Amino acid sequence: MAVRERLSGNEAVAYAIKQINPDVMPAFPITPSTEIPQYVANYIANGEIGTEFIHVESEHSAMSAAIGASAAGARTVTATSSCGMALMWEELYVAASDRLPVVLALVNRALTGPININADHSDSMGARDSGWIQIYAESNQEVYDNFLQAYPIAENAAVRLPVMICQDGFITSHGVENILLVEDEKAKEFVGEYCPEHYLLNEKEPMAVGPYAVSNYYMETKRAQREAMKNAKQVILETAEKFERMTGRKYGFFEEYRMEDAQYAVVVIGSAAGTCKAAVDKIRETTGKKAGLVKIRVFRPFPEEELAAALKGMKAIAVLDRSEMFSATSGPLGAEVRAALYGAKLEAEVVNYFYGLGGRDITVEDFERVYENLEEMAKTHVVKDMYAYIGLREGDRHGNSL
Amino acid sequence: MKSENINERSPWQDITEGNQIYEPATSRQFCTGEWRTSTPLFIKEKCKQCLLCAPVCPDSSIPVSEGKRQDFDYDHCKGCGICAKVCPFGAIEMKEGK
Repeated sequence: MAVRERLSGNEAVAYAIKQINPDVMPAFPITPSTEIPQYVANYIANGEIGTEFIHVESEHSAMSAAIGASAAGARTVTATSSCGMALMWEELYVAASDRLPVVLALVNRALTGPININADHSDSMGARDSGWIQIYAESNQEVYDNFLQAYPIAENAAVRLPVMICQDGFITSHGVENILLVEDEKAKEFVGEYCPEHYLLNEKEPMAVGPYAVSNYYMETKRAQREAMKNAKQVILETAEKFERMTGRKYGFFEEYRMEDAQYAVVVIGSAAGTCKAAVDKIRETTGKKAGLVKIRVFRPFPEEELAAALKGMKAIAVLDRSEMFSATSGPLGAEVRAALYGAKLEAEVVNYFYGLGGRDITVEDFERVYENLEEMAKTHVVKDMYAYIGLREGDRHGNSL
Repeated sequence: MKSENINERSPWQDITEGNQIYEPATSRQFCTGEWRTSTPLFIKEKCKQCLLCAPVCPDSSIPVSEGKRQDFDYDHCKGCGICAKVCPFGAIEMKEGK
């Protein structure tokens, strides 16, 4: 029987780390992820796990130590947020190109500036090209479940890539919810032992990790990395199936909520999906209008074809971004979803909004307005408020806010 | 996959994962001597075999055998000229080019 508990998102991830008992955890504190290494340090101090905790002087060092430990053959974990991840930037790319299955518990927080500690996806979205697999969660249960699935994906021989398990700062990381925990033995069996084929501490096989690649090799190396990312799609689905057999909880690249007969869809990542679900239910109950939601779980690799298939037949679609990328046009999710729709030659009206930057609240009423816009767009074939900010204070009544 | 089987014609499928190298001392195969823009010349008649030059070479390109330095390993000498600076007897001269 699963264990019923009440945990915050950070507690849930720390508990998953305890169950996995990884070999090494180099970490540096930063709000709102600080609690994760704190709880793990407690488990270590209490003798509950044998993880080697490395106290580092910065996140640059945390990821460097994680790379070293992983190359040595250790199952390695770290945690960070926002500017902490920004300080890891250089090493994120190294971990991915060296093909090291490090797992990073990322608690999404806005990148500075202005300085802000609240939920926003600018940290992980900025790292979207680093070669890491990115898996996002709506709730505490999901981030716990995703974390247990991280190592089986990362360490798979067809993949061998680092994985970021993302949750929204404070909303998920500090909000306490009911949660079902997998029994320790089952969790350990699911994650399995880490037995790398090649590792630096193997005295029988001297090896080098991360050599210089001149232009005659760099492109081939990147192509091989791309293949690993493509392979990850299948492995993510297989791991999810195995997880479902153990827990009954189903995961894929994204969750489709009331999409069977939907005509108007919102595409969103993370905790805002919970609010959007409430809006979908309310709209369907009060107006009968066919609202639906697609919640992205896996952003890297990007499930382009699958997403286009899920959105086929929609009359209008709103893609919501929780980070700016200052293209002065789309946000990162908006750009990729629209590219997927264009590739599939779908003719739905599509709009891209920004919401929740730096922890700005988004409400059921906000989502209701989004669906109202979609309905109008479907009727008029005119895109309404393209690139608008939801919940922005607007001085000019002709300005672009929603 | 042995490093000797990987070269500049290898397709991406034949490159090792993360460019990892599963054997020691493969730097010998990398002829850094190609980078040289000036070249040290060993003038044997002037050499007293004091061996000040060999340990200062950053690329281990002055082989020593039975207590005596040999001619340069031009496959790996990058032509930095430290050996010529350190030689008290003018037994090493730098010349322009490879």
